[in-house]
Amino acid sequence: MSEMSISADQVLDCSGLSCPMPVIKTSKAIKQLEIGQVLKVISTDSGSPPDMAAWSRQTGHELLDSHQEEKQYIFYFRRSK
Amino acid sequence: MAKSDPNAPKRLSMIASKGTLDWAYPPLILASAAAAMDWDVDIFFTFYGLPLLLKELDPVVTPIGNPAMPMKMPFGPEGFKKVDWSIPTILQAVPGFGSITTSLMKQTFKNKGVATISELREACIELDVNLVACQMTMDVFGFKREDFIDECNYGGAAAFLETASDADITLFI
Repeated sequence: MSEMSISADQVLDCSGLSCPMPVIKTSKAIKQLEIGQVLKVISTDSGSPPDMAAWSRQTGHELLDSHQEEKQYIFYFRRSK
Repeated sequence: MAKSDPNAPKRLSMIASKGTLDWAYPPLILASAAAAMDWDVDIFFTFYGLPLLLKELDPVVTPIGNPAMPMKMPFGPEGFKKVDWSIPTILQAVPGFGSITTSLMKQTFKNKGVATISELREACIELDVNLVACQMTMDVFGFKREDFIDECNYGGAAAFLETASDADITLFI
C-alpha cells in the first residue's frame, strides 16, 4: 500500500528522540485512538524501523506502511484491539 | 518450564544490581520498551541498583573501573567532539572528576535525544512495570521504605524467583 492512500487519524512526531522513547510514545498514542483508526508516527531515530516493526508484531497493531523521507522514518499503524 | 497461564502476555524479569548513570539505563530502557509492547515486566533492584528507587534520583558515573568509556566532549567543533581524551587513571581519582564525567555524559545523552533516567523511570511507572526493592540489601545499606518512590514493591530472593520462573526472558544487569 502506498503512503499516499493512507490517511492518519492522529500524527505523533518523535523527531529528535532516541530509543526507547519513540516506541513508548507510540504505545501511549495508539491507546488514544479507536480500534481501526490509524496513527502516523514520525521518527528520526535510525533504530526505529526494526523497533517499530517489532512493536507492531508484539502488540498486534498492524503496520500498514513504513518508509523513509530524507532523514525521517514514517510509520502508519492501525489500532487492532 | 511452562508458563502458569499460557494466555498471559510475555514476561521480562530483570535484576538491576548497578546504580551508576551508565548502568541505570539498560534495565530501564528494556523495561519501558517491553512494557510498551504490552509485556509484563518486573525489575528487582538489589545491591547498588537500590538507589534507582530513591525519591531523589541522582545517579553519577565515573571513568574509574570503566576503562573502555570514551571520554568525548559534548560541545565544540565537530573535530574537537571526536577526540577521545585519554585521561590518566590517577587524574580520574581526583575529587570532582566524577561530577565532571557525569555532567559530560548527561549532556551527551541530552544532545542525542536520550531520555533521562528519571523520565525512563516515570515511563516504567506509567506502563505498570513491577518495581521491587530487595528488602535484605535495603536493611544492609540502611534504606528505609519512605526513602523510595511510592510505586515500589518489596520482596526477597524467593519472591523474585517465583516471578522469574514465569518469565520468558530473565536478565541480570
